[in-house]
Amino acid sequence: MRRAALILVPYVWLLVLFLAPFLIVLKISLSDAALAIPPYAPTLKDGIAALIRELDFENFVFLTEDDLYWKAYLSSLRIALISTVLTLMVGYPIAYGMAKAPDEWRATLMMLVILPFWTSFLIRVYAWMGILSNEGLLNQLLTWLGLISEPLIILNTTTAVYIGIVYTYLPFMILPIYAALDRLDASLDEAAQDLGCTRTQAFWLVTIPLSRNGIVAGSFLVFIPALGEFVIPSLLGGSGTLMIGKVLWEEFFNNRDWPVASAVAVILLLILVVPIVLFQRNQQKQQEAEQ
Amino acid sequence: MSQTVFAPWDDPNEKPLIRFQNVTKRFGDFVAIDDLTLDIFAQEFFALLGPSGCGKTTMMRMLAGFETVTEGRIELAGKDIGPVPPNERAVNMMFQSYALFPHLSVWENIAFGLKRDRKSKAEIDARVDEMLKLVRLEKFARRKPHQISGGQRQRVALARSLAKAPKLLLLDEPLGALDKKLRQDTQFELMDIQETTGTTFVIVTHDQEEAMTVASRVAVMDEGRIIQVATPAAIYEYPNSVYVADFIGDVNIIQGIATPSGDESYALNWAEGQPPITATSQTKFAEGQKAHLAIRPEKISISSEKPEGAVNLLQGKVLDIAYLGNLSTYHVALPGGQVIKAQTANTRRIARRNITWEDPVWISWTATAGVMLEQ
Amino acid sequence: MKRLSWFNVTSLSLGFAFLYLPMLVLIFYSFNASKLVTVWAGFSTKWYGTLFQNEAFLDAAWVTIKVAVISSTFATILGTMAAYVLVRGGRFMGRTLFSGMIYAPLVMPEVITGLSLLLLFIGIGLDRGVLTIVLAHTTFAMCYVSVVVSSRLVTFDRSLEEAALDLGSTPWEAFRLVTLPIIAPAVISGWLLAFTLSLDDLVIASFTSGPSATTLPIKIFSAVRLGVSPEINALSTIMILIVTVGVVTASLVTKRNAVRAQKDAQAAERAG
Repeated sequence: MRRAALILVPYVWLLVLFLAPFLIVLKISLSDAALAIPPYAPTLKDGIAALIRELDFENFVFLTEDDLYWKAYLSSLRIALISTVLTLMVGYPIAYGMAKAPDEWRATLMMLVILPFWTSFLIRVYAWMGILSNEGLLNQLLTWLGLISEPLIILNTTTAVYIGIVYTYLPFMILPIYAALDRLDASLDEAAQDLGCTRTQAFWLVTIPLSRNGIVAGSFLVFIPALGEFVIPSLLGGSGTLMIGKVLWEEFFNNRDWPVASAVAVILLLILVVPIVLFQRNQQKQQEAEQ
Repeated sequence: MSQTVFAPWDDPNEKPLIRFQNVTKRFGDFVAIDDLTLDIFAQEFFALLGPSGCGKTTMMRMLAGFETVTEGRIELAGKDIGPVPPNERAVNMMFQSYALFPHLSVWENIAFGLKRDRKSKAEIDARVDEMLKLVRLEKFARRKPHQISGGQRQRVALARSLAKAPKLLLLDEPLGALDKKLRQDTQFELMDIQETTGTTFVIVTHDQEEAMTVASRVAVMDEGRIIQVATPAAIYEYPNSVYVADFIGDVNIIQGIATPSGDESYALNWAEGQPPITATSQTKFAEGQKAHLAIRPEKISISSEKPEGAVNLLQGKVLDIAYLGNLSTYHVALPGGQVIKAQTANTRRIARRNITWEDPVWISWTATAGVMLEQ
Repeated sequence: MKRLSWFNVTSLSLGFAFLYLPMLVLIFYSFNASKLVTVWAGFSTKWYGTLFQNEAFLDAAWVTIKVAVISSTFATILGTMAAYVLVRGGRFMGRTLFSGMIYAPLVMPEVITGLSLLLLFIGIGLDRGVLTIVLAHTTFAMCYVSVVVSSRLVTFDRSLEEAALDLGSTPWEAFRLVTLPIIAPAVISGWLLAFTLSLDDLVIASFTSGPSATTLPIKIFSAVRLGVSPEINALSTIMILIVTVGVVTASLVTKRNAVRAQKDAQAAERAG
């Protein structure tokens, strides 16, 4: 009895507040927009038969016809991919440095990586607005150094979005790579050098392959949320920065077209299934390897 | 005999405390316990001995109530304990990992079970103090488990499981985590405590020396079955199979064909060009039946001169000497290539012993030295 | 004693400069006397003063804290239950679906979680306000809690629970007296994580809040959309300070406990 209750409470909660809403999104994506409250038809009030008869894939057809949407999907994928690679390039040397640091520094370095993670995401994105703007700190600095005469336009461009994603998701990249490097036996590197590798060779032939799991995990942890990101493109990106999270938001709040917003969400989820499954498999493999 | 020997298993009127009746336990397709029947008597110190995966831990967990039986039944003092949940069984267990609650002090750990019985504070205090005294840990009552040594933790675990005065105490590899010296001291302590409290102990171990030292009876297990149940001396001197002979201590196994040569006496033809071995056996062997002769190395004498009047006498060459301090084991190669181990006590200083590598030697043993086994 | 190569020193310094300079700049300019954030006009704390007179911000802060406390508490209870079911529940019908529902929200884009919950609330006619935000935050935070708690439960020595049962505890007593005290640190960090997630959340709150309840992130977002403002800098500084104090304290406590554990181990050796 107790066991049943223990299972049922969280189970039912998730069924009602996670699965059901998701099914509603799916259903509305197949409905038509209407000038009513709620602004779509048919609703459950119209009866089950009418409901099934009138559902169709019109919204999905619409998504393929209007090039705004598929351009937004492609651009989100590109931005997420490029920023994942950039985050890896910035994050790996930091994780490597942490793993090589003397033991008494480790806890402090770890704390320094975790601290931004607990700090408000919004504030961390906002911090860059003041730095990247035309009269912002970066332009002031570059002008003062005499490197530029005209301010660089960075804020409200895709470049600013890259900077924002790399900055906010950096801890997600550093932590799994650090964990992988930390587990690595230092004598492996020494053995490689003993067998005739240069330090660089040892790094590429031993350290990198053995930290692969950390790299893969970190990359997915950046790529997956970056794909559906809304805050960063809307604060740092410009009108030219197309990201699907922002499109969905605008479709919903500005155009009030719920069926199309739902269809956008369904497609986004379908795109996410691939990296999520790959990520899960990587995690599972890692767990098995540890056992 | 003036003193009564503790041997309830030989008394047909004695009722067993625990009775396994045709117990089978399956995990999916894997048979952990295979149609096992066994009686354990009150106040016994009973050892389940076997290699890992032989089912000994499963038997213990079934007694504690953490596993259910698939078939058959387990009785405790005449009652089927199948439906009784672990927290209502008058059985306590000392876990291999000790399972001391890390957030509670030594005192609170020992009091844990007593508090569950809603005993009065005075009663709990008295009992915990008694237990602390029994395991000589009065000074450490306020410490947390991670603040005491491994040996002390082991004693806390023992005290905690004894505090409720269970009818039966289960000990899962109780000394496995201790180093060798401490383990030997603790074995005697365990026996003392078992005797003082009069509790029935069932111990699970893979260490045959430990089982032989502490137990009144030993059950040797393999692949979910009990191969032999007997006193340690009987297990050692009269193993019922090659498996048991080999599992307990060191042994030479000589395979051959038996020919009856008199009353309970047989000639064993074991190698071409070698004289047959004479051995006695109470078990009957037919003419031409295959037999294994198991002889302990210490029952074989070794000498550089040919001994007079030996029943079984072979000549060979010393291949290896293992010097163990108190004992030396000689590996003697026979002309046919077989190697026989012989052991002698080092009663003389090493410089004066006369046998060394490559020496030709004589080995000999009596007709009653070995046991003839069918398999 | 290991020594860091120049390469490692450089990458660590540049990396941490990248992580911390933007926040330090933000804090620095919160003390700027000028309304123009990027022009330094002398030291002043006046923006902190105006911040504390801004009723709208204070109201939003109050709503946010209320939502965060309630939702993280519920999320901790539900998440711990879910973790226990996942690790100890054995087999039951729909187990795969259950673990799927625990892990999916972790990787679900916030816009989708927010949208779907909003559509549910409208569908069942629930007015949007504090309650709907609490429900939404509890749901996604409980998944984080259950991941944190179940990773602790996996390494939990099961024989401790068995020992409690063996000594006469009911299963509930065993959980309350043995399991819970031992996994408490994981449960507490789960609560803190849930609290922070709720405190930070903009997207889901935007979807599920109504005109009656605005949270601080929503307020900040609509303010910063119009550009950088010194008041927001002051608010950010306060929030960064609170987090810093919290994280530094937590890591000092961890360090002290580690030192204590080491001393205990040495004492144990001497005792033996």
